[in-house]
Amino acid sequence: MLQRTPLYETHVAMGGRMVEFAGYELPVQYPTGPTAEHHAVRTAAGLFDIDHMGQFEIGGPDAEICLQQLQVWDLDQMVEGDAHYSVLCYDDGTVVDDIFLYKLHSRWLMIVNASNRAKDWAWIEHHLHGYDAALIERSDELAMLALQGPKAEQILQKLTSYPLATVAPRTAVETEIGGLMVIAGRTGYTGEDGFELYVPVEGAVAFWTLLLDAGKADGLLACGLAARDSLRFEASMPLYGHELSPQINPLEARLGWTMSWNKPFIGRDALLKVKLEKPARLLVGLEMVEKAVPREHYDVASDGKVIGHVTSGMKSPTLDKFLAMAYVPPAYSALGTRLDVIVRGQPKAAVVVKRPFYKPKYKA
Amino acid sequence: MASYKLDQSVKYAKSHEWARADDGIVVVGISDYAQDALSDVVYIDLPEVGDTVTAGKQVSTVESVKAAEDVNAPVSGEVVEINTALEDTPEIVNERPYDAWFFKVKPTDKLDAELAALLAPADYEKFVAELE
Repeated sequence: MLQRTPLYETHVAMGGRMVEFAGYELPVQYPTGPTAEHHAVRTAAGLFDIDHMGQFEIGGPDAEICLQQLQVWDLDQMVEGDAHYSVLCYDDGTVVDDIFLYKLHSRWLMIVNASNRAKDWAWIEHHLHGYDAALIERSDELAMLALQGPKAEQILQKLTSYPLATVAPRTAVETEIGGLMVIAGRTGYTGEDGFELYVPVEGAVAFWTLLLDAGKADGLLACGLAARDSLRFEASMPLYGHELSPQINPLEARLGWTMSWNKPFIGRDALLKVKLEKPARLLVGLEMVEKAVPREHYDVASDGKVIGHVTSGMKSPTLDKFLAMAYVPPAYSALGTRLDVIVRGQPKAAVVVKRPFYKPKYKA
Repeated sequence: MASYKLDQSVKYAKSHEWARADDGIVVVGISDYAQDALSDVVYIDLPEVGDTVTAGKQVSTVESVKAAEDVNAPVSGEVVEINTALEDTPEIVNERPYDAWFFKVKPTDKLDAELAALLAPADYEKFVAELE
């Protein structure tokens, strides 16, 4: 039985095309279409239902000590109100999940991928054993929305007296918005400025409608999963199950910047070894020289020999180019390297280009 | 239930291409149902002029934000023209599916039989309704 978010009926009423994603029924697009939704986020704003994401709270006296071990980012660098991206690794250095952490008043909020929720829960519980720390499921109490785009702040500001201009990127506030107590993080998964909003489930539908009304004149559109994917793809953010998996380590995925080597964390020894010996493959950006749509699982070849595969690919709506992310051996990863993507049996010329394809436009 | 536009001047294949016989040439495109199911079209891999095509066999590929789908020839013959406008503006397939033709075929002497095997608009409408 597929799960539904509190906004399910709202999506259906809005003409959302409902699909299965990570065990949830979610809109892949609205009648506006994914391309228009994508452009709305780049030029104005978009509103996403992302309540399929898991929301875990970790509290108790040992919460920080445990979390420091569980994930790769150094929590000593975070003060209350900070938010940061991080990774959970297995002992062998491969990826349990990629997460977002919020340091809230006397507790931590961890946002995990929907597809990994049960796995993450069991893995974290196992590692909390013996500590005075509690793992609490908040997914059923909080609905998670994302308001993204250059006009996100001005739209959200219409619903609150809190001075949102003072909320820096990668920080969060707990304040009243639209009559509800909301956690508003200046975070996102689109490469644009914006907010991720955690609202009480019972107010979710009214809050969604309030936001859409508030943003109507600014060009705000409701956006589905397709736009969410194309936006994160252009900003070259990894998606678990594509760029990340239990078979991929974060150094291969170019997430070395998240690792704090000067503290212990699960997987550190294995990853240090990878760092010294160099990864066997690396995530690269590819731009098609010959027109073709590179798609997930397509082979990447050099001189007729398959050397890697595409993890995500599409026609970039913003850049109007056919682009892909792919894993290839380091020898083929230099910018400018000519490779082929095998499209329906035909080699199509591509070249290694810089990631991100689209430079994120966060507030300074 | 969604309702789809129908062009009364064409016949339809069950694989959702349309064929419009026009002065000895058959113009081919994809139906409103097909473009809607595909979502936003981003690229079309067209055949080349001079290619020989066979009714029911793949000729072209249409790529959308969602998937790559085969486009079959509704009738047999030789490709005499391709719609080069689709190279830079594939979105016209979503906007005007019955104007945004893919290619034109000079049919063989099997044309009458092949056209007879395609669905009339009303029959295609029923066929699509059953798919929903």
